[in-house]
Amino acid sequence: MKTLYDKLWEEHHVTQLDSGESLLYIDRHYLHEVTSPQAFEGLSKKNLKPWRLEANIATPDHNVPTTRGTNFDSDQIKDEISKIQVVELDKNCNAFGIKQFDIKSTRQGIVHVIGPELGYTLPGMTIVCGDSHTSTHGALGCLAMGIGTSEVEHVLATQCLKVSKLKNMLVKFEGTPAENVSSKDIVLYFIGLIGTAGGTGYAIEFAGSYIENISVESRMTICNMAIEAGAKVGLIAPDKTTIDYVREKSFLDKETLEKAEDYWSNLRTDDGAIFDNEYIVDVSKIKPQVTWGTSPEMVVNYDGEIPTPMNVSEDNKKNIELARNYMGIQDESKLSDLVFDKVFIGSCTNSRIEDLRQAAEIVKGKTVADNITEAIVVPGSGMVKEQAEMEGLDKIFREAGFIWRDPGCSMCLGMNPDQLKPYERCASTSNRNFEGRQGYLGRTHLMSPLMAAYTAINGTVGEPS
Amino acid sequence: MKSNSEGLIIDGVVSYIDRDNIDTDQIIPTEYLKSIKKFGYEDYLFDGWRYKDDGKLGIKKEDRDINEDFILNNKPYTESKILLGKDNFGCGSSREHAVWALRDFGIKAVIASSFGDIFYNNCFKNGVLPIKLEKENIERLLDLVKKEAVEFSINLQQRTIHLNDKDKIKFKVDAHLIDRIIFGLDDIDISLKEKDKIMLFEKNRKISKPWIYVNE
Repeated sequence: MKTLYDKLWEEHHVTQLDSGESLLYIDRHYLHEVTSPQAFEGLSKKNLKPWRLEANIATPDHNVPTTRGTNFDSDQIKDEISKIQVVELDKNCNAFGIKQFDIKSTRQGIVHVIGPELGYTLPGMTIVCGDSHTSTHGALGCLAMGIGTSEVEHVLATQCLKVSKLKNMLVKFEGTPAENVSSKDIVLYFIGLIGTAGGTGYAIEFAGSYIENISVESRMTICNMAIEAGAKVGLIAPDKTTIDYVREKSFLDKETLEKAEDYWSNLRTDDGAIFDNEYIVDVSKIKPQVTWGTSPEMVVNYDGEIPTPMNVSEDNKKNIELARNYMGIQDESKLSDLVFDKVFIGSCTNSRIEDLRQAAEIVKGKTVADNITEAIVVPGSGMVKEQAEMEGLDKIFREAGFIWRDPGCSMCLGMNPDQLKPYERCASTSNRNFEGRQGYLGRTHLMSPLMAAYTAINGTVGEPS
Repeated sequence: MKSNSEGLIIDGVVSYIDRDNIDTDQIIPTEYLKSIKKFGYEDYLFDGWRYKDDGKLGIKKEDRDINEDFILNNKPYTESKILLGKDNFGCGSSREHAVWALRDFGIKAVIASSFGDIFYNNCFKNGVLPIKLEKENIERLLDLVKKEAVEFSINLQQRTIHLNDKDKIKFKVDAHLIDRIIFGLDDIDISLKEKDKIMLFEKNRKISKPWIYVNE
């Protein structure tokens, strides 16, 4: 009896080294401009070439300006240092012959958004990228994880990752959630439940009736944030929903695809397989979730009380106090008491078409609140942008007072000009509310696209309807 | 790191940050990830806490508004070789720059009750030793280092932290990981010794899973 993770591990296991670690064969390697330059430099110094060129797909996403329009090239980036990094990716991809969806490409986008939508992410693959949110691809039944730059170099050179096996965790989400509750709320709730270190050392398989009933895009939001629960790997067994999704995106010919589908359809955890840890969560009771502090685990119901040092355990007092101070929470007892300045809809967590549709539904025919100085929507990729524009979503956002941008990571981490100013409070659909994450001294509240859209219109959080 | 008759030793002043969940964004903020170099991150370590202004890549320490209250800005902690943290140290982003910043500052060992998985791995690839201790021991060490500046001596081969002449704490770490620090092993060299096995594996996979190799 094996878990899905066990099976993927065995399927890709090349050999065990003297050290006890294993060499795991990597099917797909995604690259972006931030964590790859030092790896390419290392490769050159050792006089090595990429082991299997076609395994690699690159795109610039972290540094790219989102106000660039069409025909914008890397050397037009105003921030000199950002420019060097994006140009460096162009140079490295050209020099080594790696396929890149460059800044001019209509297929450029956040690496974790473009991989699945362009058909490069397939069920059963091992996928790595120098980015912790690589866990996103687990939503299609992949063993996908973030790696450091030394490992990026190692994968380029050997097509393998040198790793030890993780433990298995099963998380079953059961039931039907309320209409205004999305997969973002559910994953935030789960992180609040087990904490940001709860999944450390584990590969988490998400399952249960809720998972079975949601789209691949919603599943990606959940696997994306597995790392915020401490787990490098989050994964979901491929099912009909997955295969339909892949069929739509795939560039494979019919015969190859059918052969693959036979394999994918049987790729799942055996009945009776033993997990090292298990959780069952009834999602019908979950309310929309919003973070109040500086760690994703600092999350409460949108109408819940913000914790104070008075009502938490002794060893957590200091964490709560530091977070409240940083977030500028004084007498406010509830999240709805906080007044917001900015709204960011985007990031590898929530910038897919389904996210934008949900947000647009809330925004339609309404106007951004006076206290919101800037509300931006950053589609995850050129394809998402095209689709949204075809559906007229850009128009809905623009008419409400949102700014409609070009694809990239944008204000999730503010490596490009999209940043918070000190003390600004932001309703964000991204994944990390760490200090300074969206800009120096900026204050981030994580939430679903629905809640972010509602906050843009209402000026404060509330019950989205 | 130096060596004596008992083996490899890391010794030096212990600095500490008494909070949980120190994420890699705190260890080095995103702004500095724009560098394409592998070295030169020492002045940006814990940037948001170490300075009272917003830094940019390339800015010199002398031109910054230093936060005198932050431990690493005060002697003798400016020379720290060991950093004591708490729970979930290095969680969040996979940025290896976080380890590069610690290394460039001079930190050779980080002691905490738990670490983010990716950060933990990255440490060993850059000669920084992450040491996991039980929470009770972390609290005990925190009490000790908060009283006055102290030096610890860490013996890598014996897996011991010597707090003073009398007290020591044993720690556990996988032999293959610590060997990487002791012997400075290169992962790529080791893995490429298995070149034939990788090639054979790939050859078979091309036959059994052709959809992965469709344009090759």
